[in-house]
Amino acid sequence: MVFEWNPFEGLSPSHFLNFSFLPKYLSFFVQGVEYTLLLSVTSVLLAILPALLLALMRLSKWKPVKWIAGAYIAAFRSTPLMVQLYIIYYGLFSLIKVPSYTIFGFIDVSRFIPGVVALSLNSSAYVAEIIRAGILAVDAGQMEAARSLGLSKAKSMSLVVLPQAIKNILPALANELVTMVKESSICSILGMAELIWGAKTVANTTYKTLSPYVLAAFVYFLINFPASKGIEAIERRMRRGDRR
Amino acid sequence: MEIGGEIIRAEGLYKSFGDKVFALNGCDLTVRRGEVVAIIGPSGSGKSTMLRCLNLLEVPTKGRILFEGEEITGKRVRIDRYRQRMGMVFQHFNLFPHKTVLQNIMLAPVELKRKTKAEAKETALRLLERIGLRDKANTYPNMLSGGQKQRIAIVRALAMEPEVMLFDEPTSALDPEMVGEVLDLMRQLAAEGMTMVVVTHEMGFAREVADRVIFMDEGKILEENSPAELFDHPQHPRTCLFLSKVL
Repeated sequence: MVFEWNPFEGLSPSHFLNFSFLPKYLSFFVQGVEYTLLLSVTSVLLAILPALLLALMRLSKWKPVKWIAGAYIAAFRSTPLMVQLYIIYYGLFSLIKVPSYTIFGFIDVSRFIPGVVALSLNSSAYVAEIIRAGILAVDAGQMEAARSLGLSKAKSMSLVVLPQAIKNILPALANELVTMVKESSICSILGMAELIWGAKTVANTTYKTLSPYVLAAFVYFLINFPASKGIEAIERRMRRGDRR
Repeated sequence: MEIGGEIIRAEGLYKSFGDKVFALNGCDLTVRRGEVVAIIGPSGSGKSTMLRCLNLLEVPTKGRILFEGEEITGKRVRIDRYRQRMGMVFQHFNLFPHKTVLQNIMLAPVELKRKTKAEAKETALRLLERIGLRDKANTYPNMLSGGQKQRIAIVRALAMEPEVMLFDEPTSALDPEMVGEVLDLMRQLAAEGMTMVVVTHEMGFAREVADRVIFMDEGKILEENSPAELFDHPQHPRTCLFLSKVL
């Protein structure tokens, strides 16, 4: 007996690549990309300052301060982003009422703001570790030299160590942004009109369950792949700059 | 050079890293104004730790340090103020790679409001002129040779007009042909009456320039004497052994 089992039975290329819905529903994807980029870029940018604070706290020699930052980072890195999103949206933002107000014609701030808050709280935990690693990668002799001249710890950090740490931090921060572009897709579960929400809506309306997602995947790839390659190239250039 | 009153006094210094053995095991040291003190000894003898304790880059586990009679090891002491009066030169130069030579030298005097930008620049250029590197003012440290870097590190410390200079093996990381230029500059400083504490492996320099040589081993000061006495008539058996290997 011939074993005839075709895992792709009932699926034809047209399932993957049937974009006949596009002319009508293109705006879902265009606005979705805009929403995704706005959401992720804003979140990572807003994460930088708290992350710097957390990193400096973790490097402090004062135990309680170190512990608080460590606990924050551990909590946000060890729980799913989805859970954090739910807790912040249904918990924190049931106390804080954001008016339902639409900007750019398709971004509802009552959803967008909780989303940005959740993503940046999450991202600050990761960025804090990036900044901490960047600071620790600067030769300890730099801090010592600055202190030996009589500069305070704060001045030594801001004038001598941090400017050198930035070179280590920037590429990793750009990678965090790439990650965030993908991770922000989780916000679709709360109805934020980003790329995945757009794809889902198109799939539900047109009964084409696959192609909209294939298109979304393709769009994510088109954003992230060139971005990662660009970051790598810049990193390589900067490493060569070290040996000037 | 005239040797004046006491400027640094360290009493009963102990230093341990974690619960390991003591890097410093009860050291007393007095440095007088205008004096050049050389600290010699095998690696791991605690000489660098000793030096780094003097400006509290290393905080001693026990013991106290006085600068001009004021205790700087206390809890409430603002150490930055004292560090401004003690220059330090490191084995690996530790110039700031993201700043030009001029910016390296001007940074501390300007930030600590010791000088205006214009004054600091003038001083920096004068110091560079002195070491023959004025043309390097606007280059970055990575364009310089080791000897040039170390001489710039020395004038960077001098720009704060310190009362004491601490040198932590200043020529150990240099190619042999560059050792001379750094030692020459240090010799000049000594001749001008700068108070200096120098941890070094350059026995010739110690003998020629130092007023007093200290031999350390296993965290202890084993012998302390004028260079002529210490090098020609070492008393302690460990000193004899060490000198027989390095001379």
